[in-house]
Amino acid sequence: MALEDLYKEVILEHYKNPRNKRELPGAQVSCSRNNPLCGDEITIQARLGDGIVAEVTFQGSGCSISQASASMLTEAVTGVSKDRALELAGEFRSMMEGSLDPDEDEFGDMVALKGVVKYPVRIKCAVLAWDVLQEALGDAAGQASGASPH
Amino acid sequence: MVSKEMASVIEQTRPLDVERIRKDFPLLERRFHGKPIVYLDSANTSQKPRQVIGTITEYYERHNANLYRAVYELAEEATEMFEAARGKLARFVGALDPSCIVFNRGTTESINLVAHAYARSVLHEGDEILLSEVEHHSNIVPWQFAAQATGARLRYLTLGEDGALDLSSLDSVLTERTKVVAITGQSNVIGTLPPLRRLADAAHTVGAVIVVDGAQLVPHNAVDVEALDVDFLTISGHKMLGPTASGGLYGKRDLLDRMDPFLGGGEMIMEVYRDHSTFKAPPHKFEAGTMNIAEEIGLGAAVDYLEAVGMEAIREHEKELTAYAIRRLEDAGATVFGPKDVEIRGGAVSFWYRDIHPHDLAQILDQDAVCVRPGHHCAQLLMRRLGVPATTRASFYLYNTPSEVDALVDSLARAQEIFGA
Repeated sequence: MALEDLYKEVILEHYKNPRNKRELPGAQVSCSRNNPLCGDEITIQARLGDGIVAEVTFQGSGCSISQASASMLTEAVTGVSKDRALELAGEFRSMMEGSLDPDEDEFGDMVALKGVVKYPVRIKCAVLAWDVLQEALGDAAGQASGASPH
Repeated sequence: MVSKEMASVIEQTRPLDVERIRKDFPLLERRFHGKPIVYLDSANTSQKPRQVIGTITEYYERHNANLYRAVYELAEEATEMFEAARGKLARFVGALDPSCIVFNRGTTESINLVAHAYARSVLHEGDEILLSEVEHHSNIVPWQFAAQATGARLRYLTLGEDGALDLSSLDSVLTERTKVVAITGQSNVIGTLPPLRRLADAAHTVGAVIVVDGAQLVPHNAVDVEALDVDFLTISGHKMLGPTASGGLYGKRDLLDRMDPFLGGGEMIMEVYRDHSTFKAPPHKFEAGTMNIAEEIGLGAAVDYLEAVGMEAIREHEKELTAYAIRRLEDAGATVFGPKDVEIRGGAVSFWYRDIHPHDLAQILDQDAVCVRPGHHCAQLLMRRLGVPATTRASFYLYNTPSEVDALVDSLARAQEIFGA
């Protein structure tokens, strides 16, 4: 197993130059989680409109895999419907379980994270941001049905 | 039980003949990714010599039976071997009476035992338990349980800038309200060696007992519980060449006598009635159910091995390796945490390297078969004090060599290359 399969150029590039890494003023949903094993921390914030994820940002700290994955996530779900974003979360998880070979056009840079599958301890790092997104969008569903925002 | 191989260890000259010692550890012959293993994670768990592995095999092949109950000779053999291991462990930590050693799975179980069976009966609302912020979670969480159950309060000694405990505040945090001082004997993260005798005297002056987390202290230092005057000392066998789930608790006999039992069940009772029971004397009062017989006998063989090599020689060897590692790591641009003076620290060396996250760093080192541990090392209070989410830790034992320190530092360069840091 070559290390280059894990630390692909595109992953390191996202890690060093993360996309959409900032606070999002006016965010309707905001959710944080950490991975106590590694100390990875991710906060995801999003603005929603008409069932579409209009804007999404992340903040946090942690290893290259967790931070690159969060950066890629923000690019992947911006402008897609909330339902599609949740679908993507499921597909990403399937890729990490090794049960889905993703379509490169649709998955874009995230395909690079496929190499993480061979490093079981690191899968949690890659999936963390998607866990947070799911929780955040779950909260949004709660709001739509009348639950009060936190 | 001492084999011919052991005799070969006894004869060796000092300082340590590390190449000869390494031949006793079959695992150190393994290779990963085409390279010989560089095992720098003994603070996590140590490797095991053939003598220990052989003792366990021989026990199962020749002596396996349950303890105490049976009258046949085989069971008597097993019981004798088990009790002989207790005697060895007692002698190893300087306990004059083997009945002061309670066998159990190690430090976590031992601290829970003391926090439950001793502390809950002496703690009352307003009493205090004194810990330090370098403690492992296993020496924090059981005390939180005890405090919550009794209304006692937790107080903490802090870490000084020099990596030693700051004892300037000792008089204000250790008072008549303090009933228990629970302190590590050697930090599992930064190696700090607190002055145990001084802390024991201070605790006794205010009428408190001192519980020493010996998980890292006992494997790496000559320990004498009489000279240190500690009330309780925990022992983790798997960190001192013994099997996993071996180890125990040293306690002063008068304290063990006064304490409540911990786990109830077979073997710890004298008589059982419908609504109450009476209990055996220590240590058996605290040994419910079938014990880790093979493991504790294996630990006895580990003690034989360590004594044959010599604890002073092991400590000297680790001091040299630690000093060398600190120098090489700092020269390579790493920030090393904890004391720089090896006289007041052990061989757990935590560092931060050029803003590469410890998980990424450890992953890259693994490609060179360098085994280190990334993470918070079950010491989140200490991580907050150091201001880092995690560290990378290299830790040393009697089988490590300076060239393994070199392998670690060489591998850091590879990480720097990948991350361009």
